[in-house]
Amino acid sequence: MSNQPAKDGIPLRSPQDAAGAAAAAVALPREAVDEAVVANRSASRHTTAEAEKRLRRRYAAQRRFKAYGITAIAIAVGALLWLLITLLANGLSAFQQTYIRLEVTLDPALVDPRGDRSEESIRTGDFGGAIRQALRERFPDVVGRERLRNLFGLLSSGAEFDVRDKVLADPSLIGTKQTFWVLASTDVDMLRKGFFERQPDGGAGGRLNAEQVAWFDQLKAAGDLDLRFNKRFFTNADSREPEMVGILGGVVGSFLTLSVCLVLCFPFGVAAAIYLEEFAPKNWFTDLIEVNINNLAAVPSIIFGLLGLAVFLNFFGMPRSAPLVGGIVLALMSLPTIIIASRAALRAVPPSIREAAYGLGASKMQVVLHHVLPLGLPGMMTGSIIAMAQALGETAPLLMIGMVAFIVGIPKGLTDSATVLPVQIFMWADNPERGFVEKTSAAILVLLAFLLTMNAIAIFLRKKFERRW
Amino acid sequence: MSLTLFFVLLGLTVASFWVGRQHAVSLRNGGARLHSLPSYHGTYVALVCGLPAALLLLAWISAEGWMIRQFVIAGLPDEFKQLPDGELALLMTDVRNMAYGAVPLDTSRPHIVSAVEHYNRLRGLSKVLSWLVILAVAIAGFVLARRMIAPEFRARNAVERILNVVLIISSSLAVLTTIGIVLSLVFEALRFFARVPVTEFLFGLTWSPQTAIRAEQVGASGAFGAVPLIVGTLVISVIAMLVAVPVGLMAAVYMSEFMPGRIRAVVKPILEILAGIPTVVYGFFAALTVAPLVQSIGMSLGLNVASQSALAAGVVMGIMIIPFVSSLSDDVINAVPQSLREGSYGLGATQAETIRLVLLPAALPGIVASVILAFSRALGETMIVVMAAGLAANLTINPLESVTTVTVHIAMLLVGDQEFDSAKTLSAFALGLLLFVVTLGLNIIAQRVVKKYREQYE
Repeated sequence: MSNQPAKDGIPLRSPQDAAGAAAAAVALPREAVDEAVVANRSASRHTTAEAEKRLRRRYAAQRRFKAYGITAIAIAVGALLWLLITLLANGLSAFQQTYIRLEVTLDPALVDPRGDRSEESIRTGDFGGAIRQALRERFPDVVGRERLRNLFGLLSSGAEFDVRDKVLADPSLIGTKQTFWVLASTDVDMLRKGFFERQPDGGAGGRLNAEQVAWFDQLKAAGDLDLRFNKRFFTNADSREPEMVGILGGVVGSFLTLSVCLVLCFPFGVAAAIYLEEFAPKNWFTDLIEVNINNLAAVPSIIFGLLGLAVFLNFFGMPRSAPLVGGIVLALMSLPTIIIASRAALRAVPPSIREAAYGLGASKMQVVLHHVLPLGLPGMMTGSIIAMAQALGETAPLLMIGMVAFIVGIPKGLTDSATVLPVQIFMWADNPERGFVEKTSAAILVLLAFLLTMNAIAIFLRKKFERRW
Repeated sequence: MSLTLFFVLLGLTVASFWVGRQHAVSLRNGGARLHSLPSYHGTYVALVCGLPAALLLLAWISAEGWMIRQFVIAGLPDEFKQLPDGELALLMTDVRNMAYGAVPLDTSRPHIVSAVEHYNRLRGLSKVLSWLVILAVAIAGFVLARRMIAPEFRARNAVERILNVVLIISSSLAVLTTIGIVLSLVFEALRFFARVPVTEFLFGLTWSPQTAIRAEQVGASGAFGAVPLIVGTLVISVIAMLVAVPVGLMAAVYMSEFMPGRIRAVVKPILEILAGIPTVVYGFFAALTVAPLVQSIGMSLGLNVASQSALAAGVVMGIMIIPFVSSLSDDVINAVPQSLREGSYGLGATQAETIRLVLLPAALPGIVASVILAFSRALGETMIVVMAAGLAANLTINPLESVTTVTVHIAMLLVGDQEFDSAKTLSAFALGLLLFVVTLGLNIIAQRVVKKYREQYE
């Protein structure tokens, strides 16, 4: 009996599995068969008017049922697309930042107060003053405190650092007039990127007044205001100003934390899996461990944060906000995942390998360490990468151990105060300024890119080392 | 500092492996018949040299901070020793930060300066001692193990015994973690319940931990009734389940029964991406996009919707949970024996009828278990609700209003600096214990159900 309907018009279905269903669907669409049955009825008590009506109703129910399924999948996929499109629409622009071109006179009196062109002298120089002077020269008709303050408001408070760094790199610039692209303020940036709407009174976004917008248009028309690649976003850490923030602090923090996590949970996870899968006798203790691991995998992550706070910070007195503690907490959290994945990998190694090794006189430990473990290792690595990807996205437990601090520096060691990328996202998301929405979305895009890469590596490893026995 | 010691220890271990192996090789070359291969002799020496020393190093690092703290406190002038616990802890935090150079030395307070000096002296002493003791242990282990090497020494069996112990210890780590969780939660929660009665915590209708102004009022004045938080958690979780269960279940049914294999191989991973997206991203999405959308839709219908409505947080959480429901249900639906499907088709049922009347009832226990697991996940979810749900503990079941959850308050109470003794801080642990017990209970129930169901078809 294949996919042919029986003579009396009631559809019969051959034994099917996923592959069989696929083949059947390719051979003949289900509905086509159903309609054909109704159309080509032969004389039978199953083809009276009522039976036909009943049959049509049942087929309609079948179509409705399929429509529900398709709707459900469409909702899920649509939600994913909606999320991604929102993030892309808000975040892609953050990889560029608005800069203003200015002719800055590097007056030695301002930028080199001691006059010896030494690094210390230049570091104390008033580059902000030099830039503001340049902006006044650009708009000579602006006078009055209020208007000048508005004019200087076009620039970021971080604008001077770019100029200073260039001068530090080449002190011979002092005393000359140079063209610099300096960082614009976040409001100007938002206007340039079209996130601020122009208001009827000539202002924009409720943050820029009419005159500032006029200056903006003037600069833009002259080509002195443009978007350039936002290098700062990849080299800076946190900041109070959205135009100056960067993700490097969070990325380094995440890297340090995950390193600790991996170093701790991979060896212990694999060892635990080996014991439970290969050596453990069946008794109450191993049962307890198994039940434990399964339950631990379902404990809410914030509980691990409480554990870290109570045990590692308060009992052992470890430093707050440190990648070391974050890594330990995440390791405890990832341990069940790695153990479960590693056990599955060991279970996939066929018994014939073990028996062959025993047959050659290997001890139990030799069988496991020399033969089973190397064959299971790719699977364990895949599982560990996936567990690390989960740990990379984890936020809640790290809030508990104080990794939520505002940290401008980039962490250098395992006990430095640090934050991680997801927590950085959380902190920026809390900020109402429009510029931060863009930067938060961009940081999320970077985080998702990392996760995607890790998962791709895991899939690659699985494909490359997958063996069918 | 301890990192250097660690690497020295590692070098020593590698060296002792090599020495042990060489010795065994020379014995063999001298004509002896070894019981074990030379590398086992080497491994034995390395393990005996490195393992106890490494454990000691670990213990040293864990205990060092606490020991130094006790000594510094003992060395403080008497008037400081009598300080209440909280103030003493603050003082010691200052001392510690200054000793580590995280905070510049406060020279205006002489007792602090002397405490910092004492602290640094002890740290130096501890460093010297740790080097001496740990290297002594390592070398003693090395010498001892080196002397064991002999042709008849069963090095392989000894190494395997040690490895076996290491494996057992590794697998008990999971148990230790659970014990750690239970102890830390129970211990802190008991301190909380010493100030606030359990019944008030579980049945009280107002939650406002912020009222403690004067120290002697702590716990007496704040209201710690967790009912609004529990109800808020349930409201958001139920909304999430209302989204996730129908969508996840129908998606799973459609994928396993109707979808051709090739399309399924594409769609299933796409759905699973939803589970891989970090929750902080969902939280941002909920707060930025979904909550304003829900609010404006509500407004256009003439409803009064809070800007941080339970509905928005719940819907986004539901989206997050879809893949849990669908992949778990997929497993159970696939586990239903093929003969049940065939029997149904043989009686003339359509696919939809087979699914509705045969497959789903047969898979029901498994589906229920997956829904329970998903629900327990919704209860414990933190970031979405921290970012998209409110803070005010309203006792309401109206999904359009702002509610708050247990996890939001655990996070809010413990983020930032806290005094560790106030009822406010401790209440977070009581909430944590509640959450742990409930999710654990749900989990155990789900596992029972799955186990029973499996036996049915085996």
